[in-house]
Order: sequence, then structure tokens, then C-alpha cells
Amino acid sequence: MGDSILLAHGSGGRLSHELVEKTLLPFVANQELNKLDDSAVFEASGRLAFTIDSYVVNPIFFPGGDIGRLAVCGTVNDLAMSGAGPLYLSLAAIIEEGFLLSELEQVMRSIKEAAQEAGVSIIAGDTKVVNRGQADKLFITTSGVGTVSPGVDIAGANARAGDKVLLSGTVGDHGIAVMSQREGLEFSMSLESDCAPLNGLVAGMLEISPRIHCLRDPTRGGLATTLNELARQSEVGIIVEEVTIPVRGEVRAACDLLGLDPLYVANEGKLVAVVDPGDADSVLAEMKRSNYGRDAAIIGEVTSEHPGKVMIRTRLGPSRILDMLSGELLPRIC
Amino acid sequence: MCLAVPVRIVSIAGDEAETEIAGVRRRVSIALTPEAKVGDYVLLHTGYAIGVVDEAEAEETLKLLQEIADLSEVH
Amino acid sequence: MKFIDEYQDSRLAKGLADQIARRSTRSIRLMEFCGGHTHAILRYGIRQLVPARVELRSGPGCPVCVTATADLDKAIALARLPGAIVTTFGDMMRVPGSASSLQQAKAEGADVRIVYSALDAIEMARANPEKEVIFVGIGFETTAPTIAASILKARREETTNFRVLSLNKLTPPVMKALLDSGEIQLDGIICPGHVSVVIGSAPYAFIPRDYGVACAISGFEPLDILLSVDRLVEQVEGGTPGVEIAYSRGVTADGNRKARELMDEVFEVGDANWRGIGIVPDSGLALREEYGRFDAEKAFPVSLQPPREPQGCRCGDVIRGTTTPSDCELFGKLCTPERPVGPCMVSSEGACAAYHQYGYPDISQGFESKT
Repeated sequence: MGDSILLAHGSGGRLSHELVEKTLLPFVANQELNKLDDSAVFEASGRLAFTIDSYVVNPIFFPGGDIGRLAVCGTVNDLAMSGAGPLYLSLAAIIEEGFLLSELEQVMRSIKEAAQEAGVSIIAGDTKVVNRGQADKLFITTSGVGTVSPGVDIAGANARAGDKVLLSGTVGDHGIAVMSQREGLEFSMSLESDCAPLNGLVAGMLEISPRIHCLRDPTRGGLATTLNELARQSEVGIIVEEVTIPVRGEVRAACDLLGLDPLYVANEGKLVAVVDPGDADSVLAEMKRSNYGRDAAIIGEVTSEHPGKVMIRTRLGPSRILDMLSGELLPRIC
Repeated sequence: MCLAVPVRIVSIAGDEAETEIAGVRRRVSIALTPEAKVGDYVLLHTGYAIGVVDEAEAEETLKLLQEIADLSEVH
Repeated sequence: MKFIDEYQDSRLAKGLADQIARRSTRSIRLMEFCGGHTHAILRYGIRQLVPARVELRSGPGCPVCVTATADLDKAIALARLPGAIVTTFGDMMRVPGSASSLQQAKAEGADVRIVYSALDAIEMARANPEKEVIFVGIGFETTAPTIAASILKARREETTNFRVLSLNKLTPPVMKALLDSGEIQLDGIICPGHVSVVIGSAPYAFIPRDYGVACAISGFEPLDILLSVDRLVEQVEGGTPGVEIAYSRGVTADGNRKARELMDEVFEVGDANWRGIGIVPDSGLALREEYGRFDAEKAFPVSLQPPREPQGCRCGDVIRGTTTPSDCELFGKLCTPERPVGPCMVSSEGACAAYHQYGYPDISQGFESKT
């Protein structure tokens, strides 16, 4: 094979098989996938969780990760946010003609590592190749299935007045890491994306408390949008304390330079948990013991006042509305 | 008017400076502030330093604000 | 972050709030000229620290908001020219022109890109020698010198495919126009801190002198704004209007001479068309003839239909401070950040966008934190 993807790699013929066997399979090989049958067949019982997401991040490679890692972690996390233990993923890739094989291998390597870390297998896959210019390098879609243990009831509508709001760590890392690679920004820093699988963290939390009411990962739209979604779904108010929200110095600085607010910047390795007040401290302690929850904090609480709205007590003292993201996150100059 | 962020000059090469704020580095033009020196803080706006921060004045302002706060607590 | 964090301290804020409350005895109206101040005032809940009798009213200091529809239509027309790359600050993308927007034109295939600096546009020009890179030059005196310096750089480096659509505007003339109109009674003005880094404090002297209106030049951190309110309240209560620098770590009386020299080298002052206000004499910057080859309008004259203003839009009134955003019938109903009717709802520094984002005045007093 040459060093880039050709249209023929997507035609289903010899080159397609070569691509699957030489470039893709070696990274995600498992008993089921290796059969290369038309469907994967597996057993599962009890309640199942099922989700799907597409990944079109640009640039494909960014500090701390790439589209492959994102594609695995994002879907694993969606399952975890329903309290599910992830089992299997399927993965479909749409590749632009001309994409470098070496870069595809790099992405596959990330997929393998992320899947291993999360403890999931990719048991079904598909690749298509489109003409140059008809896809922006590489698009990946992953769907995932997981099992939800009996008694686990985690949903966006479950928050109740008095619940505490917990955040697993610093916000804004992913969005800023990605933006730092975009054309024209030219700032450098050591910051990396926080892209990570959170199913281990969630499993630990669920063992500590059966009274975790909501879990959500603040991806696009950031923490502010996620809190608003929960407030609306549960028809409650939420109030958070600005000084308790962990934000890395570099992220604050980059946001200041770009005219952005870290509370609206995407995260890929963080979660918000709404927990019964009696269990909040023990859940927090458990989060802090986990690799991906070291900077966890209680950032606010749920109230019966101003239902559907989120308030923030600013570091200056007064409180004001924290709305969800409107439109696109465009940088300001003035 | 408009965002300008205080950044610290780490090095200078001609009319460009390497600056730093909380670990984030950015190259800026000092064409508008040729008097800026390494170690100075400058106000960064759309890629240019538009002024040098007067650190002594910054101190004075904070001292004044502290006095006002102290007075207020006495009341 | 140094020179930022210290000016967000809640104890010092309370001290200032108490001092303002003690000084203030009657109703006064202050205008914060700059959109950045409007935004900061709402973002930090400054109104909750200032007595209600000290009213804060937003002004025309949002470069995106005051860009005339006809000028925006020009930028959109330029974007549609084959071989053109139009570069702009992010704010401008979603502003509705007569029939379209830069973002809409981009969706339809025009090459429109967001930049953070005119320098980015120059680099783009060098990287794409077969294209014409046009930079939409908006902003006040904070930004104009940076554009001037960029044009000089382009000239030095012989970058011939870089052009500027010169829409920069000046601050003191529009303040004068507002005061002359008599439409709004003001006791004081919170003057834009970063414009003043460039122009200094002298250009505002005519305001207390000819109109008896107090001025305080303010930085953008919450303590800066509170300090400037305190200075203004003292001036007004004492009947001693003047121009005070309440942002002394950034602003000197003389400003930045070098920046003004470069502005003067490249630009000449002329009349400018301000959205919602109309023609304000000597308030705009155009490229001098010597720099004519960088002028996008000269290089690519476009003929346009007469501009159409959106129906029912009261941006003009909001810009002039005669109306607050929530008094506009369209606010929050037909005009929202997702479906903006006018620029004030689009620009993140626009008064309407700021009021909407921070739910003002619906939830104006906040709630006691229990955490």
C-alpha cells in the first residue's frame, strides 16, 4: 500500500480488505471483531444503555489527544453518564481521499489505547472513503452499549432541591487545547485536553452512593450549558459559587486572551454530579481518590427558587444569571 | 474600549516580544510600545502591546482600595 | 493573573460599595460608554453594589454595533468577490446586514475567516498570493493604531494583496454628538480605559468644561469600575466635574504618543456614518491617499442597494442611551441571540446581548447563596 488513502480503499475490494486487515484490525482486534462477520453477536441481560455520537473535531490531533481518543471516550462517557458500565462500541470512519495512512494508524493507536483503558471492545466497524474535498480529513461515529445495574436511576430530570452539585475537576481544558492548535492563534502552553474515559470514576461513585441523581459530562457548550440543561429538565434552580469552580491558570489566561469564558468551553473528561446532600461529602472523597477526579469540588446546590434557571455567585460577591451558550463561541476583541 | 490583557515580556527581538501570562506564551508586536523592556507588563490588544503597565501606580491604587475597605469596616 | 486578580477582590469591592453609598445622596445618571464596561457591570453584578439612585446607562461604545448597515453590506459584497478572502474579528460574523451576514455569505461559499489581529490577515495574504485578503477594520482608538502599524508592516514587506476596509471610529466626537443632541441627561461618563491608554485624558476635557458632565477613565476589572463610579459620584455630589484617571496603571494624561503618530501617519479624520446616530463629523478614519493602495473600497468598488434597517429594531436608541434594551418591544421575544434582529443583540459587547445573557433586569437582585 502507498502512503495515503485512495478511493479504492473504500470500494469493498482487495484494497479495502487490505486496509481493514493491515491498518485497522491490528489495533482493535478481539474475538468477535476478528470473525469479520456482518454483525457482532453477544449476550447481555438486564437494562441496557445505548448511545451514539459523531466526531468531527478539527484539528484531528491536539495536545493530549486526537479524534480517535475522543471517539472512544466520548461514547464511553455518554454510557457512564446514564450509570451504565460500557461493554461494546461500534465504530464507523468516513475518510477523505488522500488522508495519510500514517495518520490513520496514529488514530487507530489512540483508539486502541482508549478502549483498553476504558475496558471496552470495538466489535463492529465500517470504513468508507469519499472524494477529496467531501469530508474534512476524517469523521468518526461510534455507538456504544452498556449495562445498567438494578436500582441505578440516573437521569437529567432527577435533581431535587437541596441536592449538592459536584464537578469532577478543572473546566475549559479541552476546548482551549484544541483552539491553541487552530490557525492564527499562535499561543503556546503546556495545557493538554482532558479527554478521558470516566466509567471507572463513575463506577467508584456508584459504589459509594445510590443517591446520585444526575450525571452529565459538560461537553459542547461547557459547564454553564450543562447546568442549564439539568435545571430545565428537573425544573429546579441551581446556584453555583464562582470561586469553587476549578479552572487552571493557563485556561483562564487563554480565555482572557481570546475573550472567552471558561464556563462555556468544552470539556471531554469531566462530569457534573447532582447528589443527595447526605452523600455529597463521601462521593466527593471518592472522586478525589480517582485518577480523573483529583480536583473535584462541590460547586453549588439545587434550589426550588428560580426553577429552570442557573445563578452564579461571582467572585466579587453579587449573584447573577448564568445562561446557557447562545450561538457560537466566537472570540471577542472589545 | 476593548479587551486588553496584561502580559509579561519575556524576551524581545526587534519589534516583537515573547510574552507570558499564567504559563501561556504569545508573541506580540511592540511596534506601538518601543520603550517596553524585558520584565515589563504590557497591555495586549489584537496582537499588539498598546501600553506599558505602571506597576507603581497599580500598587498605589491597591493601597487606596485597601484604605477604603479598612475605613468601611470601621464604620 | 497579575494586574487582573487583585482587582476582583470582594472585600475591596465591599469597601468601595460602602463608600459610594455614603457619598451618594441623590439620583444621578452615569453612562458607561464602552460595551466592555456594560458587559463587566452585568457579569460581576456591579449594580447590586451601587445604590439604585446611581443609574448606569450603556452607550455607543461597541464598534460592531455602530457599524452602519451600508458598511456591513459593503463587507458582505466584498466577501462575494471571486478570489477574495474577507477577514474579520469574530463579533462581526453574525451581524445582520440589509439582506445577509458575513456568516451567511460564508455558508453560501464565500471565503470569510475570523482573525484575532490584522497581523493574521497579513500572514494570510502572504500565504495566499493569488487571493486578495481584505481586513474589516472596525474598532475605536484602541484598535486603530494596531491597524495602522499593520499597514505600515505590509508596506515594508511589500505585501500587495492585503487591503483594509477602513471603518474605524473615534470616541470623543461621538460623545460630543450625544451630549449635543440633548436626548439624554447625563451627570457623568465612565470613559473607556483602553481607548484612553492611546489618547490620554486631555481629549475628554471639553466634557466637564462645556457640558458640566463628570468624567472618570475606567479599567475593566470590577474594582476599576467601582472606583470610577466612586470618583464620578464624588465629582457630581461636589459639583466639581472634571476628568479623572481611575485606571492609573494603564492610562497617563498624555496617552501613547507613538500609537497616535502611527495612526496619524496612515489615517486621516473624516465624517463617519454611525448606525443609529447618522453622520458624526470628524469621527471616522480613512486611509490617507499615500496608503490608498491598501484601501479595499478603492481597490474593489462595489455598488450596493440602499441599506435596509431591520423593522422595529431600536438599536439606534440603545446605542444613544435613550432606551434600555429591555424597553425594546422585540427584546427577548422576536430578537434573541439565536435570531438577532440588530447588532446590539449579536455583539457580545452589545448592550442587548449583555442584558439578555445576564437576565437583566428580570432577575436583577440575585439570590442569597446558601453554599
